[in-house]
This record gives sequence, structure tokens and C-alpha cells, in this order.
Amino acid sequence: MRPRLGPLAAFVLLGAALAFPLVFTLPYPRDVMIRIFLYAMLATAWNLLAGYCGQISLGHAVFFGTGAYTSTLLLQQGWLGVWASPWVGMALGALLAALLSQVIGFPVFRLRGHYFAIATIAVGEIVQTVVINWDAVGGARGLFVPIKRPDSLINFQFHESKRTYYYIALALLVLAIGISRWIVRSRTGYYFRAIREDQDAAAALGIPVARYKQRAMAISAALTALGGTFYAQYVLFIDPESVLPLSLSILVCLVAVLGGVGTLWGPILGAAILVPLGEITRVQLGGTGKALDLVIYGLLIMIVSVVQPGGIMALLQRGSRRS
Amino acid sequence: MTPEVLLQGIVGGLLMGLVYALIAAGLSLIFGLMEIVNFAHGEFLMVAMFTSYWAWALWRLDPLVSLPLTVCLLFALGAATYWGLIRWILDAPMLAQIFATFGLAVFLRSAAQALWGVDFLVVKNPLVEGRISVGGLFLGLPQLVASVGSLAAFAGLHWFISRTETGLALQATAQDRQAASLMGIDTQRMFALGWGIGAACVGVAGALLSMFFYIFPEVGVTFSLLAYVAVALGGFGNVPGTLVAGVVVGLVEVLGGLLIAPALKYAVVFAIYLVVVLWRPQGLFGRF
Amino acid sequence: MPLLEIEGVTKRFGGLVANREISFQVSPGELVGVIGPNGAGKSTLFDLLTGFQAPDAGHIRLDGVPIAGLRPDEISRRGVGRTFQKLKPFGGMTVLENVMVGAFQKTADPRQARAEAEDALESVGLADRAHVHARVLSTGQRKRLEMARALATRPRLLLLDEITGGVDQRSIPDLVELVRQLHAGGTALIVIEHNMRVIMGISQRVVALHLGEVIAIGSPAAVTSDARVIEAYLGRAYAG
Repeated sequence: MRPRLGPLAAFVLLGAALAFPLVFTLPYPRDVMIRIFLYAMLATAWNLLAGYCGQISLGHAVFFGTGAYTSTLLLQQGWLGVWASPWVGMALGALLAALLSQVIGFPVFRLRGHYFAIATIAVGEIVQTVVINWDAVGGARGLFVPIKRPDSLINFQFHESKRTYYYIALALLVLAIGISRWIVRSRTGYYFRAIREDQDAAAALGIPVARYKQRAMAISAALTALGGTFYAQYVLFIDPESVLPLSLSILVCLVAVLGGVGTLWGPILGAAILVPLGEITRVQLGGTGKALDLVIYGLLIMIVSVVQPGGIMALLQRGSRRS
Repeated sequence: MTPEVLLQGIVGGLLMGLVYALIAAGLSLIFGLMEIVNFAHGEFLMVAMFTSYWAWALWRLDPLVSLPLTVCLLFALGAATYWGLIRWILDAPMLAQIFATFGLAVFLRSAAQALWGVDFLVVKNPLVEGRISVGGLFLGLPQLVASVGSLAAFAGLHWFISRTETGLALQATAQDRQAASLMGIDTQRMFALGWGIGAACVGVAGALLSMFFYIFPEVGVTFSLLAYVAVALGGFGNVPGTLVAGVVVGLVEVLGGLLIAPALKYAVVFAIYLVVVLWRPQGLFGRF
Repeated sequence: MPLLEIEGVTKRFGGLVANREISFQVSPGELVGVIGPNGAGKSTLFDLLTGFQAPDAGHIRLDGVPIAGLRPDEISRRGVGRTFQKLKPFGGMTVLENVMVGAFQKTADPRQARAEAEDALESVGLADRAHVHARVLSTGQRKRLEMARALATRPRLLLLDEITGGVDQRSIPDLVELVRQLHAGGTALIVIEHNMRVIMGISQRVVALHLGEVIAIGSPAAVTSDARVIEAYLGRAYAG
């Protein structure tokens, strides 16, 4: 069913990942790896809802933004006094994202297939528009994360080097993968997949379909929000353009689809290819780099969906079966 | 806000609504034929608008004059999209279908940006300019022409689908692909034709819009979202229904802008969509 | 007390009356066959019994408790399983995983679900295809998969919708034997069938539907020689 990448490969990769910053001490390679981890984690979260449960959300940036804005506002406004730490913000952001996902899911899960996908785009656009026009949360100008020195884990800010950010990002990815793996092997995972395959048959077997869809959405949203807080603490500035746009939702989908929707390794593979690819196009093509890497992304999405919707993982499986 | 402003807004929303209806009709046609949502529909509109623009910038052709050219080009684009892309994913899982046209949308949008930048372009001194006054209300002439043109195109589309043999063959294919092919209808040609016509509708709308609307790579995004809303409201696959739905969307957009906040007008449209879909998932007139 | 009571159940779709005043009962462990020409309303009845549609009038009671209008998953959890006429395998999952989904209704433990699923596959004769993806199965195998899946939920009442449809002649006796074994195990069954020999061979009682109404209930022999039933299937000329 899945290629035998198995536990051994996982441990080797993990070891390599842990050792990486010790070998590569310059900020740029670490930054690339951090972004690979971040996108892999976002794609893993998206994969739970879309890949395993079959609900194609094209507006996942909403949850990313929720995480980013929650933790940043908490810090800026100092609401919880001595408890105003980004970590608390992260937890709160995840909770809020999960709650938001339930509110969104209530009307939107009544739709199936294309209709559902369109509704998620609509929700994403609504939220982005509202935030752009809402001065209390910074509007279009965005929010700066208050700088705290010296570097400290409690304040989740490190200015001297990217090393700790690297390990936090890696930890978040491992967490997301771990949760994913645990769910997939449990009854919940089987129920998710049954819903993806055939909702009616799933209901006829006793699965409360709406409840499980909401559950998938909540977990996916919470994990995505964790990534949002990380981003805020890493870049130290957020605005609707960077944490809520449709293009972010697209990118998260693409990472998962390219790597292999509905597989554990797919999101990691996808990120490992797309992030460096994005870097290469940006470096090679200078100012127009942004549009040109999207041109390539668009082509990639089309090619993958026609040739191998199962992504790279499916290609690998076909290859290993033949040999 | 005075009654005049409100009335002015309603008229404006009505006029724009007819253009939305035409755009949505093309989308609905395609969906009715093969249950695929063309996520690149807005980008087709963008291509149409750029075609009009460049015909004007390079050869001084007014959008109304170059309209036949734009329509032909868009027809070709639609048919080519079917032959080159859609044909391969007709029976693919829904994920693949969504991403195929989604990828096309991203591709077209960013290609336009790469080629022509992000600046807002505009056709200057079009043939049709200025305003007329009707009973105290001001109607922009280009907007009026655009709406009338859209309505005419819509009527033409409806006539074609319901009165001509090809149109009926299209309907038959939409109803039951297998039965239609058993009756000798070449379903592949029907699908390509459907995509061509759907894109051509957008071609008309784009040419008309370029008389007065800003032209830029992202222009398709909002229009496509409004089109989805109109199609969903009218009922996926229900082409006549999109006329009413398009007008409703146009009105909600304007009224939302006037009564709530201009910046939030699209948010209001999408919110209304979600409300309708909660109440009646098949839209106002749809068969589900 | 009867296991299932259907009283005066009526369902309309616009102007079409799919089920009109349908009434009958099923006792625990009983096997009831349902026959009727196409369009008689048989599948609609199944949809009403399993929560995929709600009746416009009438009552449906399971163990005396009303279930009309409940969601399909709620009804399933009360012990009613079904197969679908238009088969619905979980194509992207293996045969074993398909059945495990059913087994998970009774246990949350994946290992136990796996064991139950393996038993169910054994009983329908699909054990050797356990790790094959469901989408590559033949029609007959898919029918057995649907049965195994529904069986894994340990229903007290199992609704089988045309299990011999599209299956080659040679495989039918095996399917029939399977149904007999299920019945022998104590499960009540309602079986929709077109194949008269199958119905005659397994049913304790038969309900005949025509144009949405019950036109005969009784023993298989009585129903199949009922004049109205013959007329419904074959036309007045044969009713004698």
C-alpha cells in the first residue's frame, strides 16, 4: 500500500534534520529549511482535512492568519498581563482557529465537492477583506510583533541566530506528523477515509458524518494556526497580504498535492521540492520572480492533476511495484 | 443617503448584474455539461479584457469593434482548454478536476502578470463614452451598452441552446452523456463546443467591460467569485436561472456597499451566498 | 414484539407517490422478501427505513421505538444494516479496511476491528482478497464486500438490495447460501430481489409492491400465485 520508507528512513531523516544546523551555520540555508518545515507542517494539517477526509478546503489561510493575529495581538495589547507570552498566544490561537473552523463548517459542510471548495474560497476572501478594513487589528498596515531582547525561549524571539527557530519549526513538523500518523491509524482515521470515499455508505455504517468532518476541520485548523504563530514570531511582522491571502491557501494545497495527497510523506516531499524551487526562481529571475514562480506552480498543478493526481508518492509507489 | 443615491445604486447594480449573468451563464453551461467547475473562468475574462486592450493599444481598435475578434479568440481558448486539459480529467477524482482548472487559473493570472506587470490599464477614448440622464438618474453609456450587450448575448445563448439542433444536442449531452452518444451525438465535440461557448460568453462580457473597467491580471479573481455565487444561487447547470441570480448579485453588491460599507461589498455578497446555501443548497432555482 | 413495524408509510417526490400507505411487520430473525417490478418503490422503502429519506406520513418503529426521520448513522447504530443497489465500496481502501470501517461501530480498538473484519471476510468468502483495493473487485465480489461491511456492524436487521443483480449465474447459489447462513445466525433480513427463484428459496414471507403500494403479503407460494402480483409483473393476459 505505501512504499517501505518506513521507520528506518524516518529516523535517518530526523537525525539528518537535527544535525543540519550544526553543519550549516549560515542563516540562509537554515531559513530555507525552516520554510520547508513550515510548509510541510501546513500541508500536513491541510492533508488531514482534504487528503484523508476528502474535504477540499481552498481557504486554509484563514486559520494561519488566526494563529498569527491572535498571538501578535495578545503581545501587542498585553491583555493577559504576565501571561502575555507567544506560547500562550499560540495555544490560544489554535483554540480560536478550532472554534472558528466549527463556525465555518456549520454552513459550509452542507455542501459537497466543488460547491464546498468554492465556499471555502468565499470564506477566505471575506475574512481577508474584513481584516484589511478593521483598524483595531491593524487593517491593511499590519502589525509589528513587539521586539523583546535578549533572545529567550519564553519570548519566542531569537535575533542572534536562526538555530532555535529551526528546532522549533522541526518540532512543530514532527508534532503535526505525529498527530497525523496517530489519527490515521485510529478509528477516526478510518472514518475520515470512509467519508472521503463515500459519505452515504459511511453514514449507513453508523458514522456521524457531520461530526467527523467538523473534527477533521478542527484539528486541521488548530495545527495550521500553530504555524501562523510561528511565522509571526519568526518574521516579526504580519499583515493580511502575508498571512491571509488566497495565494497562501493555494501554496499549501499545492505542496500536499504535488507530494501526494492523503499520504503521510507527501507533504514533506512536496515542501522539499517546492520551497527550493521557489528560491531558485526567485534568485534566477529577480524582480519578476514572484509571478514566474506562480506560473511554474500553475503548470505544476495542472500537470500533476492530469498525469498523476496522487502526486509524487503515487509515482514512487508505481515505480516500486514495477521493480 | 438619499433616495436618489439609492435608486442610482439599484440601477447601477442592475446593469452590472446583467454582465455578471452573462459571465455566470458560461460557467453554468460548462458545469451542466460535465459537472466540472471552471476555476479559471475569471482568468478567461481577464484574457478577453487584455485582448480588447491590446487591440486598442496596438491597432487603435475600439473594444466594440474588436469584440468579434475577442469572442473568437476566447472560443478557441475554451475549446483548446477542453482538448488540452479537461478531456483528460473527465472521469478523474474530484480533487484532480478542481486542481486542473485551478492550476490553469494560477497559470494564466501569473503569466499575465509576468508579461504585462501589475499596473491597472485602461482603454482611453472609447467609441462609447459619457452619460445620459434618464428621469434624473445618470446612466453611464458604456455601462448601459455593456448591460444591453450582455442581455442580448444571454438571449442569443438561450435561443441557441433551446432552438437550434446543436443547442438541443448540447442539452441532451448535459442530461445524459451515455444516452446522447447512443443517439449519435459526438459527446467530445459537444464538450469542446460547450467550453468554447462558455468561454465565448466571457469573451463578450470582457470586451464590453473593457470599455470602462480597469484591466489588470487580478481582475478575474473577483469576477469569478461573483460568478460562482451567481451560478450557485441560480442553480448549477441552470442557465436561465443565472440571469436572475446575476442581477441579484449585482444588486447585493451595490446595496451592500451603500448600506454597510463600500470596502465590504464583496464580503456581503459572499455572506449572502453562504446564507442562501445554508437555506437551500441547490440554489434558488436549481435541480440537485 | 415485532422487530420492525411499518405503518401507513407514504413518500412523495413532487407529484410522484413512491410509497403509499405501506404497512407490514418483521419479527426478530425473520427473512422477508420484497418483490415488485421496477418503479414499485422498493429502494425508496429501504431509504425510508435507513434514514436516507424521511416519510411524509406514517410510522416506522424498531423495537417499538420510532425511527422515522432519524439520520442514517443513528439508525445504523440501532442495529439496522443495509447494502446499496448501486454499490458503494470505499474504492481507495483495501477490502479489509472497508470491513473494518463497519467493525469500528462496535469497537474503537483497531486490532479488534481488524479481527472482526477478518471474520466477516471469512464468512463471505473474500478472505483471500483482504489486501486488495476495493475498486479492483468484480461486481460479485463487491456485493459480498458490501455484505461483509454491513455484517461487521452486527445488525439485528439487515436490508439487502438486489444482491444478485449483475452477478453471473454461477455465483448466485453461493450468495444465496451466504444469505441462508446469515439468517440461520439469527439476523432478521429484508431482501429486495428480482430473481424469483432466489426469493422463493429463502423467504419466509414475501411482500409484493406495485406502483408504491403493497398488493400482497404472505408465504412465497401464496404471493407468487396471487392474481394481482402476476398481473403487475406480466400483464393482465397472464393473470387468468
